Amino acid sequence: MNNVWAIATKELRSYFLSPIAYVVLSGFLLIMGFMFWNMLAQFSRFVAIYSSMQQPGMLEQLSLNDMVVMPLLGNMTVVFILMMPLLTMRLFAEERASGTDELLLTSPISTLEIAFGKFFGATLFLCVLLGLAFAYPAILMYFGNPEIAPILTGYLALLLLGMSAIALGLFASTVTDSQIVAGVLAGGMLLMLLLINWPADAVGESMGAVLRYLSITEHSTDMMRGLIKVEDVVYYLSLISVGIFLSQRSLESLRWR
Amino acid sequence: MIEVDRLTKFYGNHAAIRDVSFSAEPGQILGVLGPNGAGKTTTMRILTGYMPASSGTARVAGFDVFEQSLDVRRRVGYLPETPPLYAEMTPTSYLDFVARIKGVSRGDRPGAIERALHATATDDVAHQPLGTLSRGYKQRVAIAQAIVHDPEVIVLDEPTIGLDPKQVIGIRKLIKGLSSDRTVILSTHILPEVTQLCDKVVIISRGEIVAEDTTDSLTATEDLEQVFLRVTTSDVVADEEAVAESTHAEPDDATADAGEEE
Repeated sequence: MNNVWAIATKELRSYFLSPIAYVVLSGFLLIMGFMFWNMLAQFSRFVAIYSSMQQPGMLEQLSLNDMVVMPLLGNMTVVFILMMPLLTMRLFAEERASGTDELLLTSPISTLEIAFGKFFGATLFLCVLLGLAFAYPAILMYFGNPEIAPILTGYLALLLLGMSAIALGLFASTVTDSQIVAGVLAGGMLLMLLLINWPADAVGESMGAVLRYLSITEHSTDMMRGLIKVEDVVYYLSLISVGIFLSQRSLESLRWR
Repeated sequence: MIEVDRLTKFYGNHAAIRDVSFSAEPGQILGVLGPNGAGKTTTMRILTGYMPASSGTARVAGFDVFEQSLDVRRRVGYLPETPPLYAEMTPTSYLDFVARIKGVSRGDRPGAIERALHATATDDVAHQPLGTLSRGYKQRVAIAQAIVHDPEVIVLDEPTIGLDPKQVIGIRKLIKGLSSDRTVILSTHILPEVTQLCDKVVIISRGEIVAEDTTDSLTATEDLEQVFLRVTTSDVVADEEAVAESTHAEPDDATADAGEEE
């Protein structure tokens, strides 16, 4: 565990010593801020319209959760998925390109510890990102009265989704010494998981159900509404496990090439 | 301390090393000498647990490098051919990270880092990012990471390559100082390095051991350059033939191309 923590904290520090952390953080927060502002402005317009109509019943139906938080987190999912490869592409590809993989692979640590260490390092960065992004719902809580539980489960969905993307991105980063190739590979895998449910209606009921189950966003919808289902959590935990397992196997195979 | 018995490593159908055997004792500096591509780095990588051999065995500090890889890796300090440095870290934070993953306890770490920095004379740049240091300093910090956990065996792959003469002298002094109670294996293709530093020499050519003896016995009747040229003759002849072939081939090809154009 000590080794995992050593690698994880080293990774987190490396993020903040390179421009990538600041590019990802500012890019993500700017896009999210832009969406937040638009959705909030629209909500305010509706409030103004319904207030002028003097129909208190309709005004009460306007919900900050339904009109701002849920669509904000839902839209951010796509941005999130496209940004994750920027975080993961360097995880091991950079080690291979600079020769530091020889240090890790000749140290008394297992390849599973290396994979977990890298995974948790990127996850810690993800927590920083989501922590900063919590500023937007915090603004709503300060000025308005949204339900807190769906906001928390929505952020849990983003965390699980991000961790899944990190695990798959880590695997992509172990198969090549080129960061660009690792990034494109991770982006391709995530995009495939994002779009896989598109033909679900056209391929029959059972196959359609499979495609829907495989979709990475399908399992976040209920969580963003405030409903945590075991099958959704199991789906994300499975993706994370598969990603870490493949990364470990790929690292081990480096010794045999 | 190090016993290598008939190690063979294949990359596909090509044997990088074949039936390599040698041994080294504590307090000894063993030089693995050979031309580029002779199989030195492959041997070093097997001894440090980076990759397994295709056949044969190697024991380091009493442990089998394949069966008891973690035990071996705990006891070996390794300087790979490319210094394994993280450019954004400082020598202090880098050595702290290496000491942690090499299993040095939290309490012992500050002392271990200070000793490694002092031994490699890198104290004065201890807080500068590694990416901004000169090549000589980088190499010395890379050696510091190989000794920070006070290993019983130190494996150095081409430790002075690409350094200026003054830096080479400094690194050689440092290596000499490391060997008092440890076994040091040094891979190199620089002949004076071996005569100055090593107690014992293994000459490897085209993946096979062609000579193994103490430096004194090997250089008793002729100097090391003559020994090296004699035992690696096949390499030299093959290289000369390859050069001759390529210089003859070019004009022929050019004529053929010209003929086609006509």
